[in-house]
Amino acid sequence: MKPAPFEMHLPTSVSEVVALLDEHGDLAKPIAGGQSLVPMMSLRLASFEHLIDLNGVSELNQVSVSGDSLRIGAMVRQSTAEHDPQIVKSAPLVAKAIPHIGHFQIRNRGTVGGSIAHADPSSELPAVALALDATIEAVGPNGSREIAAKDFFLSTWETSLIDGEILTGVRFPIWSGKCGFVVEEVARRHGDFALVGVAAAVQVDGSKVTKAAIALFGVGGTPVRASEAEQALIAGGISADLDAVGKLAAMNLAPSDDVHASGEYRKSVAATIVARAIAKALKEAQS
Amino acid sequence: MSRNITLNINGAQHTVDVEDRMLLSDAIREKAGLTGTHVACEHGVCGACTILLDGEAVRSCLMFTVQAAGHEITTVEGIAPAPGELSVVQRAMQDNHGLQCGFCTPGIVTSLTAYLRDFPNASDDELKEALSGNLCRCTGYMGIVNAARQAQKEIQGSAK
Ligand SMILES: Cc1cc2nc3c(=O)[nH]c(=O)nc-3n(C[C@H](O)[C@H](O)[C@H](O)COP(=O)(O)OP(=O)(O)OC[C@H]3O[C@@H](n4cnc5c(N)ncnc54)[C@H](O)[C@@H]3O)c2cc1C
Ligand code: FES
Ligand code: FES
Repeated sequence: MKPAPFEMHLPTSVSEVVALLDEHGDLAKPIAGGQSLVPMMSLRLASFEHLIDLNGVSELNQVSVSGDSLRIGAMVRQSTAEHDPQIVKSAPLVAKAIPHIGHFQIRNRGTVGGSIAHADPSSELPAVALALDATIEAVGPNGSREIAAKDFFLSTWETSLIDGEILTGVRFPIWSGKCGFVVEEVARRHGDFALVGVAAAVQVDGSKVTKAAIALFGVGGTPVRASEAEQALIAGGISADLDAVGKLAAMNLAPSDDVHASGEYRKSVAATIVARAIAKALKEAQS
Repeated sequence: MSRNITLNINGAQHTVDVEDRMLLSDAIREKAGLTGTHVACEHGVCGACTILLDGEAVRSCLMFTVQAAGHEITTVEGIAPAPGELSVVQRAMQDNHGLQCGFCTPGIVTSLTAYLRDFPNASDDELKEALSGNLCRCTGYMGIVNAARQAQKEIQGSAK
């Protein structure tokens, strides 16, 4: 239960991080909160010759609002994002997803960027990023670029970040008007990874649903956007048949079986919790 | 690779030689000799190794020692106000039979100390949720929950 030997590098700027990653190539890995990486190293599921510590890079800790989006720096701790008044106000779905991550001691160290870059299919924040059409900012050997969340998650633990690139921040669109935001999940115990979960947002105007965003997690290699269910909800308005919306969201899923639950069970739970999440979100939007 | 670093633990400086791969939990126990911090699962689940890093409760088994230089570490040995005295949380654990074998206790004391400082007005459900990151194989948890409730009342009382 001890990690294999490696050398730790302690840079203080993004440019230093990028230079170190460039120098050490495949032998190097960035470490953020370490809440996923260190267990994998201790269990000897992963080993690296060089770790590049992002904890000393203060430029990755910023939270800011510009125009109609909220930007959260990669190294903002999950516990900060859970309680920060600006995040709670501008991106409520992010703040509401975070209490579902592990325990408060894990969230004190785990980061927003780390959770998204790690791209665990059962994780909450990747689904939130996908639901809200977030933009992922990356910096690497070829400079900086932006990646739409829908193009970011490729499969389990795999993203479209290229070698030597790090995630520097995530921009979440700010929804205005009367909105509701809900994260629902089913897990064996509180703090465990979810068997199935959903992140949902709605915007209403009178009896109309003017915007809907639904993303499921724990149902495949990546979070999955339920576009048809969103369309049905917008078409049906606040009195849409939510059971039908839930079934539409689950229709094309093919979650696999594992020791925790069968794929069929996950699919059936997905339909139920989508309906439940939308009902809560609509209620919140109208209150 | 190994290096010589200084750790600030419970207000005292410990200059230690550590390999880069040494977990902070191991350095606290083996290099600083502070064996109050317990180690069980070593992958973040059980909570026994919880310490305060700059006042925030974190798993010491999920950090490397070299990342802790320049930060203030508080272990269970640093929680009591003075030698021979108990903190509010520690006394509440004693009063309510919040421990039997005591293996999980250091992680619970450090976690609750930080949690009740930040959320003295947490609801009972929130209090239980906060305790969910610490596994105890002995008590059945009721003693621990009651200890948390007593400590919370005392902390609320002294804030008035
Ligand atoms: C007991 C326990 C329970 C947990 N429960 C949950 C849960 O319910 N839901 C959940 O979502 N998570 C859970 N986690 C994982 C936790 O949320 C992690 O914090 C998160 O998955 C990774 O974030 P991190 O900052 O710790 O990243 P790290 O562990 O440091 O890194 C994870 C991976 O991402 C890469 N990485 C990190 N940051 C960057 C970056 N800026 N750019 C490029 N690559 C980067 C690393 O190289 C590594 O491969 C749990 C962890 C534990 C120990
Ligand atoms: S030993 Fe660190 S959480 Fe179990
Ligand atoms: S008192 Fe024995 S594990 Fe908690």
